Amino acid sequence: MLVRLLQRELLRHWRCRQDLLNPILFFVLTVTLFPLAVSPDGEMLGQIGSGIIWVAALLAAMLSLESMYRDDYHDGTLELLLLQSGSPYQVVLAKIISHWLTTGLPLVVISPLLAVMMQIPTTAITALMLTLLIGTAVLSLIGSVGMGLTVGLRQGGVLLSLLVLPLYIPILIFGSSAVSAASMNFDYTGQLAFMGAYFLGALSLVPLASVAAIKVSIR
Amino acid sequence: MNWQWFHRLSSPKWFYQISGTLLPWMWGISFVLLAFGLYQGLYNSVADYQQGNTVRIMYVHVPTAIGSMMFYTMMAVAAAIGYIWRIKLAHMAAISIAPIGAALTFLALVTGSLWGSPMWGTWWVWDARLTSELILLFLYLGFISLHSAFEDRELGDRAAGVLAMVGVVNVPIIHYSVQWWNTLHQGATISKFEKPSMDPSMLLAFMLMLFAILLISGALVMYRMRNEILSREHSKSWVKEVIGL
Repeated sequence: MLVRLLQRELLRHWRCRQDLLNPILFFVLTVTLFPLAVSPDGEMLGQIGSGIIWVAALLAAMLSLESMYRDDYHDGTLELLLLQSGSPYQVVLAKIISHWLTTGLPLVVISPLLAVMMQIPTTAITALMLTLLIGTAVLSLIGSVGMGLTVGLRQGGVLLSLLVLPLYIPILIFGSSAVSAASMNFDYTGQLAFMGAYFLGALSLVPLASVAAIKVSIR
Repeated sequence: MNWQWFHRLSSPKWFYQISGTLLPWMWGISFVLLAFGLYQGLYNSVADYQQGNTVRIMYVHVPTAIGSMMFYTMMAVAAAIGYIWRIKLAHMAAISIAPIGAALTFLALVTGSLWGSPMWGTWWVWDARLTSELILLFLYLGFISLHSAFEDRELGDRAAGVLAMVGVVNVPIIHYSVQWWNTLHQGATISKFEKPSMDPSMLLAFMLMLFAILLISGALVMYRMRNEILSREHSKSWVKEVIGL
């Protein structure tokens, strides 16, 4: 069942490919703005680069949450899916996984390029990719609750950021500190372990909250 | 076991009546406490040997900070009770607590930076405690604005309830990660208000203010709940009697 739901989600995303490109473009564009605004100086960028990439990834993941529920909600597909699949849990899980596959994973893939542009030392690029890999999954998970709650609202977008950004803070802290530790050749397994624990905790609890959230919007 | 008392507890009418008799007492006691606390805090206690008279800000700052965290937990518990057992009164409590809690958080931040300016020489530092208090304010504001975004109040109750439950699980994680982030970057900072070494006159002022501020906030919450009950149950016959229609 989960596989069929996932296939459907991915097919839906594949049919509007341009929408898949937008979060990545947003990610690259936001990072590009910082050297223009702060300083093109390489040493400076190396210091703040990990934080900038992380913040940009966070915002890109948040802005792309819309694609998770909005279309399906408006044409009534979501209601039918929740009613007829027999397991709202699996529907929500499929949505979260497909959101991560279509936005989180591309962000991870493009991040080394941005890391080079931001003068982040090559030793830290593995750390950046690893933390983003775990981190974006957590962002998709937590974001699904916020999106579930706001999908039926007119002013959903701004509200969504108020709801989910505070909850993203632990991931941001550990993700960017792992990268800056790695760029100074320090050990970053501690941060990575924490992110892994946070991911597993979120994976076990968040889909339940997400089901509760989407049920509020669907009624 | 007889559950009747529990159901009576969740009846808005019963709550309205009992809170009506309690409120005058709460106001009275809290104002007496506040008067004594302010007198004790501003005149009758010694100035700190290091902080001087600035320490008196603490008599407002610490109670509001304690209240801000206590009220968030209470709000989340109330929202969870309302969500799980579908008790309307619990939702009303959660909604009434939120603005008061946000106000306490705001006051704690403001008094903290007023104290920080002469003591640390800056209005704001990215210290772990300050940062997590600021995030707490955002969590409160998120709860309030999510609830008000729904036109249907009962739907808003449930949505905000889910958010409060997710939030309260995250609060300790946010708190500890912020603390870790801070210790990673700048090392141990700033004085902690150390209780054992406090002068008895300071301790008395602090305790008086703590109870005064918590009781005033509790009374305000109760007051808001009574309003919430009247506006939500306006079609019930007992409400019409109360407001004299």
